[in-house]
Amino acid sequence: MKPVLEVHELTQDFGGLRALNEVCLEVGEKEIVALIGPNGAGKTTFFNCVTGIYRPTSGSINLTVNNVTHSLIGKKTHEITALGMARTFQNIRLFSQMTVLENVMVGCHSRTRAGILSALLRDRRTRREEQETVDKSYELLKTVGLERQWDETACNLPYGDQRRLEIARALATEPHMLLLDEPAAGMNPNETRDLRELIKRLRDRYDLSVLLIEHDMSMVMSLSDRIYVMEYGSPIASGTPAEIRSNPDVIKAYLGESRDA
Amino acid sequence: MKRIVHALVAAVWFMVLCSPIMGLQIQPDKSVVFLWKRLAALGVGIFFASLLWQWYFSSQRASVSLRMPAAVTSAIGLFKQKKTRRAGLGILLVFMLLIPFLPVIGSIYQISILISALIYVMLALGLNIVVGLAGQLVLGYAAFYAIGAYTYALLTTYFGFGFWICLPIGGVMTILFGLALGFPVLRLRGDYLAIVTLGFGEIVRLMLLNWVSITGGSHGISNIPKPGLFGIDMDIQQATVYLYYLCVAAVIVAIVIISRLKNSRVGLALQALREDEIASEAMGINLTRVKLAAFALSSAWAGFAGVFFAAKTSFVNPASFTFMESAMMLSMVVLGGMGSITGVTLGALILILVPEYLRAFADYRMLLFGLVMVLMMIFRPQGLITGERRKYHVTALDGKGEAA
Ligand SMILES: Nc1ncnc2c1ncn2[C@@H]1O[C@H](COP(=O)(O)OP(=O)(O)OP(=O)(O)O)[C@@H](O)[C@H]1O
Ligand SMILES: [Mg+2]
Repeated sequence: MKPVLEVHELTQDFGGLRALNEVCLEVGEKEIVALIGPNGAGKTTFFNCVTGIYRPTSGSINLTVNNVTHSLIGKKTHEITALGMARTFQNIRLFSQMTVLENVMVGCHSRTRAGILSALLRDRRTRREEQETVDKSYELLKTVGLERQWDETACNLPYGDQRRLEIARALATEPHMLLLDEPAAGMNPNETRDLRELIKRLRDRYDLSVLLIEHDMSMVMSLSDRIYVMEYGSPIASGTPAEIRSNPDVIKAYLGESRDA
Repeated sequence: MKRIVHALVAAVWFMVLCSPIMGLQIQPDKSVVFLWKRLAALGVGIFFASLLWQWYFSSQRASVSLRMPAAVTSAIGLFKQKKTRRAGLGILLVFMLLIPFLPVIGSIYQISILISALIYVMLALGLNIVVGLAGQLVLGYAAFYAIGAYTYALLTTYFGFGFWICLPIGGVMTILFGLALGFPVLRLRGDYLAIVTLGFGEIVRLMLLNWVSITGGSHGISNIPKPGLFGIDMDIQQATVYLYYLCVAAVIVAIVIISRLKNSRVGLALQALREDEIASEAMGINLTRVKLAAFALSSAWAGFAGVFFAAKTSFVNPASFTFMESAMMLSMVVLGGMGSITGVTLGALILILVPEYLRAFADYRMLLFGLVMVLMMIFRPQGLITGERRKYHVTALDGKGEAA
C-alpha cells in the first residue's frame, strides 16, 4: 500500500534563506499526522509547496489517489485541489463578504461542471446541479456544526466558527488528503476538544488522511498517529507521540521552549 | 480655537494653490491683473466649509456612515418582496415603452438623452462584471467601447455592412481584444492592473487618432447608418424611437444575462476571486480561465454599447473615448455599489441624467461630480445599493420555516 502523500527531500529557498531543507514526509491512508516545530520553522511554507502555491526549489511530492500516483511538482494549485488535496489557512482566508453557505459552495467548484453557457440557459441540469451544490454545502455545514449560521456573512462569525467553516469549505472539494494549518489557533479548550473529535469523525466518515500543523501539544499528542518535528526548515525527528515526547532533540528545540513559556 | 486656526490654514492653503488659475488674468496686451476679490471670496468660502466639515465630524465621530433616508430603505424593503418587485418592474417597463408617445419627454431631444443613458447602463453593467464581481480594477474600459463603435463605423464605410451584422461582430471583436488584454495582465492585481489597463485604453485611442488613412484620425468617421427594420424607410424621429426601443431591449437582455451569470457557478467563482485569490485557487478555481472569462464577458458589452453608440450619433471620433469616459464608467459602478446590478444601473442613470438636466450648472459639472464622488467615498464607500444577497433554497430546511 502506497502512502497517500509522499514528500521526498523537499527544499525551498527564498533568496538566501533556506525555508525548507530536504524535508521528507509520508502520510498513509486514513492516518492523522502532525507537523510541529517552533515559529518560523517552515511548516506553513511546507503546506504552500505541497499545494502548489510555491514552486519548490527541489524535491518530489507525490499524491496517490485510487492507486494512481500523481507527481505534484509543477502542477497548479487548482489542479492539485482537483486531484483530491484540500487545505485550510493559518491566517484565515475565508471569502469574508460572502455568506457561510456560499463559502462552502465555492468549495464545490472543482466537483461541478456548469459553465457560462449553462449559466445563461439555466436548463434543467444546471438548476439541478445548483440545488445539489446548495444541499451538499448545507450538509457539510451540519457536519461541522455551523448549519444554523448558514445565511450569515462569513466575517461576522466568531473566530472558532471561522476555522470550522474553513474546514467545511475544504471538505467541499471532496479531498482524500486534508491539510490543516493550525486549526485550533484562537480556540478555547472546549472548542479545541470539539475540534479534535470533529477531525477524528471526518477521518472516519470520509476516509481522509490528515496532515495538521498545530501548536497545542495536548491536541497533537492525543490526536495524531505520527508526528514530524521541524526546526529551521530541517526535519529533526519523527515518530509516534510517545517517541516524540521522549526525544531529547525535540525537547530541546520545541517542548522545552514551550514549557518555559 | 484650534478649529478656527485649522480652517484659516486650509483657506490660505487653498488661496495659494488656486492663485495661479483663479487669481491671475492675462489681459490681451500681455499685462497681468490680480483678481484679489475672487481669491478672497475663495478663501472665505473654504474657511467656512472647513469649519462646517470639522463641526460635522466632531458631532458624530462614532458613526461616519450615512444612513439611507427611511423612505428609501422602506421602498427597497418593499422591492424585495417578489410580488411588489414584479409589479414595480412591470410598471417601469410600460413607462419606458410609452415614453416616446408622451408629450415633452417624448421629444427627439429627450429620447436621444435617454438612449445615451441606456448605452451607459449597458457599459456600466459590463464593467461591473470585471470590476464589481471579479474585483479586477480595469481603467481602460472606454477602449472596448471604442473598438465596438469603430468596428461598426469601419465595416459600414468600407464594406457597407449593416447594423445587425455589425452588432455581433462588434461583440466578437471586443471579446478578442479583451482576451488579448487579459492574457498579459493575468498576474497583475490592483493598482498595477489599473495602470496597465489605463495604458491599453490610451493605446487604442491613440491608434484610432493616428491611423489616419483608415480611421480618419481626429476627423472621425461620419454617415454611419441607423439600424434598419426590414428595409422600411424611417424619418429621423422614427429612427430615433426605434433605436430607443432597441436600447431598452438590449439593456433588458444585459440585465437578464448578467444577473444569471452573477448567480451561477461561474459568478460565484468570480466573487470568490474578488475576495481572495489564493483561497479561491485553493478551492479549485482555475484563475486563468475565470479571469479571462471575466475580461471577455465584460468587454463584449462594451462592444455592443459601442455599436449602439455609433448608430446613435452616426459619427465617431477618438474624442468620445478618452480616459474621462473610462473614469465615468468606473464611477457609475462605484457609485451604484460594486457588484449590485440594480445599483450599477441606478449609478449610470444618475451620472448621465442628472448632469444632463442640470445644464444650467454646466460650468461646475466636473466640480460637482468630484465633490459627489468624494462625499460618497467618505460616507457611503460601499455605494448606493449594498447587501444585495441571493436567497438560496435549502432542501433540508423545507417545512421547518425560515432558519434563524
Ligand atoms: N514568501 C516568502 N518569502 C520569503 N520568506 C518567506 C516566505 N514565506 C515564508 N518565509 C520565511 O520562511 C520561514 C518559515 O516560515 P513559515 O511561515 O513556514 O513558518 P511556520 O513554521 O509556519 O511558523 P508559524 O508557526 O509561526 O506559523 C520564515 O523565516 C519566513 O520568514
Ligand atoms: Mg505557519
